[in-house]
Amino acid sequence: MAGTEIVARIKKVLPDFNPLSVLRVYGDEISLKVRPQDFKDTCHALHKILPSPVMMLFACDERKTRESFAIRCVFVDFKNSQWIIVSMDIPQENPTFETLAKSMHSASLFEREIREMFGIEPKGNPDLRRLRLHDEVWPEGNYPLRKDFKITQTGNLSNYKFARVEGDGIFEVPVGPVHAGIIGPGHFRFSVAGEPIINLELRLGFTHRGVEKLFESKIYSDAVALSECVSGDSSFAHTLSFVQAAEKISGVTVPARAIILRAVFLELERMYNHINDIGGIALDVGFSFPHAYASIIKETILLLNENLSGSRYLRRVNLVGGVSQDIDENKKQFLLKSLKAIKYDFNELVKILNSSVSFMDRVDTTGVLRRKTAEDLGVVGLVARASGIPTDLRGYFPGPYRNAKFKMITQESGDVLARLRVRISEFEESIRLIEAFAEKLDKPGELRVNMCIKEGSALGYAEGWRGPVLYWLETNSSGLIERCKIVDPSFLNWQGLSFAVFGNIIPDFPLCNKSFDLSYSGNDL
Amino acid sequence: MIHILKTRILKGVVTRNIDPELISRIKSSGSELKSTISKKFGRSLHIRVVDSGSCGACESEINAANNPIYDLQRFGINFVASPRHADCLLVIGPVSKNMLIALKKTYEAMSEPKFVITCGFCALNGGLFKGSYYVEGAVNDIFPVTLHIPGCPPTPLQIISSLTSLLQKT
Repeated sequence: MAGTEIVARIKKVLPDFNPLSVLRVYGDEISLKVRPQDFKDTCHALHKILPSPVMMLFACDERKTRESFAIRCVFVDFKNSQWIIVSMDIPQENPTFETLAKSMHSASLFEREIREMFGIEPKGNPDLRRLRLHDEVWPEGNYPLRKDFKITQTGNLSNYKFARVEGDGIFEVPVGPVHAGIIGPGHFRFSVAGEPIINLELRLGFTHRGVEKLFESKIYSDAVALSECVSGDSSFAHTLSFVQAAEKISGVTVPARAIILRAVFLELERMYNHINDIGGIALDVGFSFPHAYASIIKETILLLNENLSGSRYLRRVNLVGGVSQDIDENKKQFLLKSLKAIKYDFNELVKILNSSVSFMDRVDTTGVLRRKTAEDLGVVGLVARASGIPTDLRGYFPGPYRNAKFKMITQESGDVLARLRVRISEFEESIRLIEAFAEKLDKPGELRVNMCIKEGSALGYAEGWRGPVLYWLETNSSGLIERCKIVDPSFLNWQGLSFAVFGNIIPDFPLCNKSFDLSYSGNDL
Repeated sequence: MIHILKTRILKGVVTRNIDPELISRIKSSGSELKSTISKKFGRSLHIRVVDSGSCGACESEINAANNPIYDLQRFGINFVASPRHADCLLVIGPVSKNMLIALKKTYEAMSEPKFVITCGFCALNGGLFKGSYYVEGAVNDIFPVTLHIPGCPPTPLQIISSLTSLLQKT
């Protein structure tokens, strides 16, 4: 089957749909190439029939080889466990394309990103302000992801325009980029009438380090080390997504034991982050005992990580072709013993939280993100599941999770309590999954295979603790990276936060923020 | 009240057994840190942390150093919310262009005497992000840095022990 089924489905909506090429590049990846004038309609049709938000939308500079820019839009087809990549070419003279954001809001941020990084104009997009290259320090007209970009910039600086809410008694509260706690930098501008927030504008990009440019012309081993530092608290999910893309390109089959080990480490990463957030939510309503208790559990998991892999944040574990660390019989027994203790502590913690009426009162109905809003914005991962959208890569793609009878956790109400409950249930599910995976680690086996260098492109994906971490990777014939596009779930979910706080009071903002717990560095790249 | 007392008596103290070796290591480097701080700074050292573009791992480890197991506060180190309250600025991350102004302003807002510590490889020279179009590079080029805590990210124990040895030297 070469993707004819999906073409037939598109033809039902668009009768004269005629793609330039349809290719099943890998078992789980279909590439559709269309003419520029069909791009918008094709994307919109896929968005409706799958249904899927725009998971990725990005440009590539292919002027040297093909004298054009390419734009690719990625959708996920959960039902058939596959990804659909629609692409088109844009001539290099006066590069523009018709905006997708008017019919699919989830494309909006991606278009702004393409414009600032490549100078390709999305015609008709009402919001073209820059996200990461701040107007105050970076002159207009310098596009860093173009291949002929020079590090010296020319041009004039300007100022960013915040959306303003005007009216009687409305005032603005600016917060950040330096915050009171030990957290990342970001600027929040609240427009407030009396107590309730009526608009929140997020200005991020403060931790922009030019990661995607740094990936270019790197070899795999250096690139794995760099992907660890894209978002420090989901190092493992990022490396996993990267190495999976690289493995698809080289065409190697990863040993079964390595796949199980990766799943164990991925769940450990989820556990330490979820417990951190459960404690953080308690702290943000001033309930400090559960926070202290949760941070002890978190530290226990970090020490367990160190014991198993030699790194508290599971770094230097993933390699292209396998893993570097094994869990032998001794380590396995230690893992199971630790999980038992963690489970006991966790149950105590949940009891404390559930029995506190004042705590429950604060989190219930606070920061509601409605399902419709979440779908329109293209929110993914944990936040989407708390709003009732069943989206989890672990449940839809084949792998160790399907064999371990993975149970997807969703909640309907979309408030802080729903996100807290999803975290609690996922923590318990992770313990169960690790125990199921550990059973399969009885026989020693190969940990990694040698990879070969090939030219090509592929999409890597992993369900990190925040949501799907996606890497689209392109290499040249000498095995160096040509383009690496990263989408951290935070990029799509930050918008969700600005809608969830409507009508809430500013003192509840930290609580809403913690319940999303998004990455600054993953968003800013 | 009776209910609280009842559960208190029935349940006992909720504590965890932590590896005794780890505890003794924390205690020995911690007490050294405490005596150094009381010698050099009177009683305590107040630190303001600024993230200038880190990946989040250094922050996580600094937060971990404040958890009940390591509990940096008992050794005289306080993390404060305002630069006005701080003796020392702790910079993490490779200083992105966007953070440069905010970082300088935070430094200017601190009262004298003040000094700067960097933490993690990124803050030392840009680390993995060295040479990027959007990274300013070493914090040392922006204002004088007195101490550097190495590691990527440094573990809480490394933070305690390198702070001790560095403070003793200066």
